[in-house]
Amino acid sequence: MKYLSEYRDPELAKKYLEEIKNTVSRPWSIMEVCGGQTHSLVKNGIIEMLPKEVTMIHGPGCPVCVTPLNLIDKAVYLALEKGVILCSFGDMLRVPGSEKSLLEAKAEGADVRILYSPLEAVKIAEDYPEKEVVFFAVGFETTAPANALSVIHAHRKGLKNYSILASHVLVPPAIKAVIDDEKSRIDGFLAAGHVCTIMGNAEYHPLSAKYKVPIVVTGFEPLDVLQGILMVIRQLEQSQSEVENQYARIVREEGNVEAQKVIHEVFEVQNQMWRGIGEIPMSGYGVKSKYADFDATKKYEVSIEEAPENPECISGQIMKGIKKPFECAQFGKKCKPSNPLGAPMVSSEGACAAYYHFSGMVEA
Amino acid sequence: MQKIKSREKKLRMQLQCPMPKLDFDVITLGHGSGGLLTNKLLDSGVFDLLSNPILDTRHDGAFLELEGKTAFSTDSFLVSPIFFPGGNIGELAVNGTVNDLAMCGAIPKYLSLSFIIEEGLKVLEFWEVLVAVKFACEKAGVHVVTGDTKVVEKGKGDKIFINTSGIGKVHSKANISASNIKKGDKIIISGQVATHGMAIMSVREGLEFDSEIQSDTTNLNHTIISLLDQFGESIHLLTDPTRGGVATVLKETAQSIDLGIDIFQKDIPIDDQVASACELLGLDPLYVANEGLFIAFVAEEVAEDFLSELREDGNGLHAKIIGTVTEQHPRQVILESAIGGKRVVSMLPGEQLPRIC
Repeated sequence: MKYLSEYRDPELAKKYLEEIKNTVSRPWSIMEVCGGQTHSLVKNGIIEMLPKEVTMIHGPGCPVCVTPLNLIDKAVYLALEKGVILCSFGDMLRVPGSEKSLLEAKAEGADVRILYSPLEAVKIAEDYPEKEVVFFAVGFETTAPANALSVIHAHRKGLKNYSILASHVLVPPAIKAVIDDEKSRIDGFLAAGHVCTIMGNAEYHPLSAKYKVPIVVTGFEPLDVLQGILMVIRQLEQSQSEVENQYARIVREEGNVEAQKVIHEVFEVQNQMWRGIGEIPMSGYGVKSKYADFDATKKYEVSIEEAPENPECISGQIMKGIKKPFECAQFGKKCKPSNPLGAPMVSSEGACAAYYHFSGMVEA
Repeated sequence: MQKIKSREKKLRMQLQCPMPKLDFDVITLGHGSGGLLTNKLLDSGVFDLLSNPILDTRHDGAFLELEGKTAFSTDSFLVSPIFFPGGNIGELAVNGTVNDLAMCGAIPKYLSLSFIIEEGLKVLEFWEVLVAVKFACEKAGVHVVTGDTKVVEKGKGDKIFINTSGIGKVHSKANISASNIKKGDKIIISGQVATHGMAIMSVREGLEFDSEIQSDTTNLNHTIISLLDQFGESIHLLTDPTRGGVATVLKETAQSIDLGIDIFQKDIPIDDQVASACELLGLDPLYVANEGLFIAFVAEEVAEDFLSELREDGNGLHAKIIGTVTEQHPRQVILESAIGGKRVVSMLPGEQLPRIC
């Protein structure tokens, strides 16, 4: 397959692994921020191929995992009680809310639809003028332009029955929160290639300069990830701390300026709750007041009590790399992909689910 | 090319089996009442279309003469949409049960055919499904000998559900059982993975994308019979990786034996378009449903001959050896990735859901 098979070449992978082995002289902990990279590490069996000195820590970059419990409850409420057509990306459906997931709401008769693009949700709103349509706009900076564009389209079309339930999180503040936690011991970061495709690299330079950590903007194919790891290790071994771009075939220093314009038209930066981590200042996008009519949190008066997280779930410590999933007492016991106690066990990009599959545990 | 073939097939079906003139356009609750309307529907051509001496008696059940070891299987079909690139629910319902019997090493002979129709289904669509059933039966060499039609209220079904059960005579040389699997057995797949599932996905509401991917639904019984003729008891297990895909079937198999399975990603055949579609949608092709595909566990010493024989068959053009049975890691399936890394293959907790990014 063009543009993919080239980045899955087993011979080149061997060369990178050799080079990593030859370069590394002592233990390093590297966090891959993005869930897509976690998925690639696991799917391709890379973790096992790395030398023992290199520990990969799966970061908070799984949007499904960090979407607040309260917001899932709201989505479930809108779908079940308000009778809206609730559209969502696929992997949000299985995430447990405080009482039920969207998948369970669907089973109870709610109209929940899996879409690949929020623009399809706008089309549904046009097709069903008598129904209210809500898109569960989840994601990092990557999905923000399309979500924002859906609002702009709906506005232009004069639609009154479309809104988004936004839970947008931002990568740079999350990296900062991870480093600032005194218990975390991360030596270097693989930054999320697709986030930087949109936003560019500018926000990462101050981080690497202030905290003296190498940050390598990295892609998702096995060779991308291996090369990204090698670049971080080279910097660490030479006591450097710079922002480098492994994913230069896609990511430009300034990012996608047009996409950024669309984001800033609709969204503004605000404080944001991260499931399992808590509130991180200025780490999310909210819908600007000029588009309040398209903001489901304003359109529907939904007051749902903040439900407590399952006290046995230590997902916050896991997403900051303080603990490994198998250090959790419930990992693989009470908590499994078929019965997740917390979100990192839900999505295949979540750290716990990734470890679970990797460890070969068998579901009874 | 595939598309043209599919269009030709449809046209040929329509010419050979024109829909009878009826005084109703849609199926209503009355058509499932067992009364006059039911008879009108069945007499309109259903019996003629599927005619054979056993069915033609129109008795409450079928009388069958069976000898020797017999296989019996049943399956229900509820695909959405009911018409998809490369076929429709009618041929799926025939092929599905025919193939389940073939996986038992049996020669399929008789089918039952039951419809649960949602009120409002267009008679023209019902006819198209029936014609597909007829041609699929002819191709597989099976007869529909008994059946049933029920109609449910609008909103209580999804156009049409079909159940088929089938009976077949077990091939004299067949001895198919997971307990026959031995260390060193080769795991052979008959063709490209994930084709059917992605064909359906490409037309599913909300997910539509442009592609030429056609379902690979087909009957495998003739292929299996000829392999059994030649390789008999050296074929230890036959299984079709339909729902849950190749990964699920292999994991189920590994869990039922005290041995492990190694598979190699680079050897798993997949069409370029299907692979691209899976990449785009964030789906793992190993968990996507297949139809006209089977996996055989065969004795190591016949594996190469089995493979070359299978590749001579129209249903096995892309066949490949994808793995081996091992004493290492009992009950586990380990996949070697394209770059040589290893990972455990497990069952999914539910339906595969597309990923956000």
